[in-house]
Amino acid sequence: MKFFQAASRWSKNHKFFLTSFGVLAGGGSSLIYALEQSIHASNDAAHVAKQKWNHNGWFDTLDHASVRRGWEVYKNVCAACHSIEYLAYRELVGACLTEDEAKAEAAEQLIDDGPDETGAMFKRPGKLSDLLPKPYPNEEAARYANGGAYPPDLTYITQARIDGENYIFALLTGYMDPPAGVQLAENQHYNPYFPGGAIGMAQALYDEIIEYEDGTPATQSQCAKDVITFLKWCAEPEHDTRKLFAMKAFTVLGVLNLVVWYLHRHYWSVLKTRKILQNPKSLFKK
Amino acid sequence: MKKNMLKTLSPMLNLPTPSSISFMWNFGSLLMICLMNQILTGLFLAFHYKTDINLAFQSIINMNRNVNFGWLIRSFHANGASMFFIMIYIHISRGIYMNSFNFKMTWIIGVMLLLLTMMTAFVGYVLPWGQMSFWGATVITNLLSAIPYLGNSIVIWIWGGFSINNATLTRFFSIHFILPFIIILFTFIHLFFLHVTGSNNPLGINSNFDKITFSPYFLIKDLIGLIMFMWMFLILTLIFPYLLNDHNNFIMANSMITPNHIQPEWYFLFSYSILRAIPNKLGGVIALMSSILILLVLPMLNNKKFLSNKFYPINKIMFWMFIMTFFMLTWIGMQPVEYPFIFTSQIFTMIYFSYFFINFYLMKMWDKLLI
Repeated sequence: MKFFQAASRWSKNHKFFLTSFGVLAGGGSSLIYALEQSIHASNDAAHVAKQKWNHNGWFDTLDHASVRRGWEVYKNVCAACHSIEYLAYRELVGACLTEDEAKAEAAEQLIDDGPDETGAMFKRPGKLSDLLPKPYPNEEAARYANGGAYPPDLTYITQARIDGENYIFALLTGYMDPPAGVQLAENQHYNPYFPGGAIGMAQALYDEIIEYEDGTPATQSQCAKDVITFLKWCAEPEHDTRKLFAMKAFTVLGVLNLVVWYLHRHYWSVLKTRKILQNPKSLFKK
Repeated sequence: MKKNMLKTLSPMLNLPTPSSISFMWNFGSLLMICLMNQILTGLFLAFHYKTDINLAFQSIINMNRNVNFGWLIRSFHANGASMFFIMIYIHISRGIYMNSFNFKMTWIIGVMLLLLTMMTAFVGYVLPWGQMSFWGATVITNLLSAIPYLGNSIVIWIWGGFSINNATLTRFFSIHFILPFIIILFTFIHLFFLHVTGSNNPLGINSNFDKITFSPYFLIKDLIGLIMFMWMFLILTLIFPYLLNDHNNFIMANSMITPNHIQPEWYFLFSYSILRAIPNKLGGVIALMSSILILLVLPMLNNKKFLSNKFYPINKIMFWMFIMTFFMLTWIGMQPVEYPFIFTSQIFTMIYFSYFFINFYLMKMWDKLLI
């Protein structure tokens, strides 16, 4: 209300300036919107739907039950082709597995080690400090096994793609038969969310492809959601700590803000309310 | 001890300061805080960084995952650079609006500081050795090849080879480490020239008419500015730490795969748009440099009756149009090089440069109208 009362006292110039600024800002924004839409229309990949991820809120943590289920999906489905080369078993402890579970998972793998006292390399059961083993020894082997396509590493995949989680969800659940007139080469599959539509990766997730330990129905979209939440955690293992820090920092800043604002008013009140009086010279003469 | 400290700080605490300066004068001190943040966090990052093209990307991942609070320090450093540029651009805009360029030497040193900061940020962006680091460096260093006769030799000399390679990374790291100290030196020269005249004020009148001590009035005002800054900075670093990152930089540099769109960090996008608007390499590079150096023209185009934009209503509109032009150029810089973006960037490039001259003539006209 105060704003409108103040606005009625504005000078003509003031009103003209603000109106011009408003028109320019509105025009500029409309132009940006129109141009942004035009570029989307020319993109050959289908638009990705925005999903409501549990962890998207300012103070929302990752859904760790989902991270645990996502680990099951990764281990049983994705790990055949995709590596998570920067993730160590020890990082799984407390995030989606207990220490004993993580030790057991690591011990299932045979890790190259050595040399021993004879100078020979040997294999030993994995330990918590080991990184997750890669499915292929190198890129060439991966390409050879996948018809020339290279399955990317998944450690940072949610950050390494535009619209991260939403894009991967659309991709994993978006396989379909190619439309009439679209020719696919051998070993290619049709997915409208992949640029160009032809993708080397076959559909990996189906309803009931695995059985979750916690009994959650393993529908295709549930599996996709869980594995993406797991991959989000892989890319940002600090996610929950970071948001906890934010809560603490904002509380402290809020208090400081009030204190400093009060002090500002306190110190400046004298100056803001002073009156400057100019005495005519004649007064001094008297 | 306490007495000695107070004696030392006395000239700073009792500095005569114009009473009317507003929160818009907070950005200088905030820039100093940004610089300190960058130097301190940069020092900690340098402890863990590996200057080798085979290890640089992995060492960044190691910092994020295995170093105690490495993710926080890195987030402070990467987002600190963005905050640095936000503060710089507001600081410069205030200088343009309130005619602070009247203090010629302070202004000239300020423009040099902007160039130095841009150079530091550019070489720093190469260090993570992601795809956009590599290709951004390739595009920007290649601009030097536009220099007649010497261009190609200079590019090879800077690269230390025939492409961006290990030698480039090591020298960029060294430059990134040393430049902040040169920035500190220039900051002191900037402050020296500022304190020769004293601060400007929103009315543009002689500041000596009404001055008060720096402490407690402006100390507390700067503290409010600092807290507002901290809100922005902490929201960026703790809630949206990857908002301003390029997704391509989460993929290790690969000289055999070129990203679809190569673009620099957001704070260079307005200049990058101006570069792309000119359909000639040398012309583009000259326009790019001019987009910064044109700030040096401002003190020369200053022959008006009043000393602040406050008293020139049409120029106020011109100023905000200029700010919008900056935003439009920034946005266009993110778009692919095709119609309508090339044409639009050419239009906004013309508006960007013409502002400086049209603004001057409009002020002269306004003066004539009134007097």
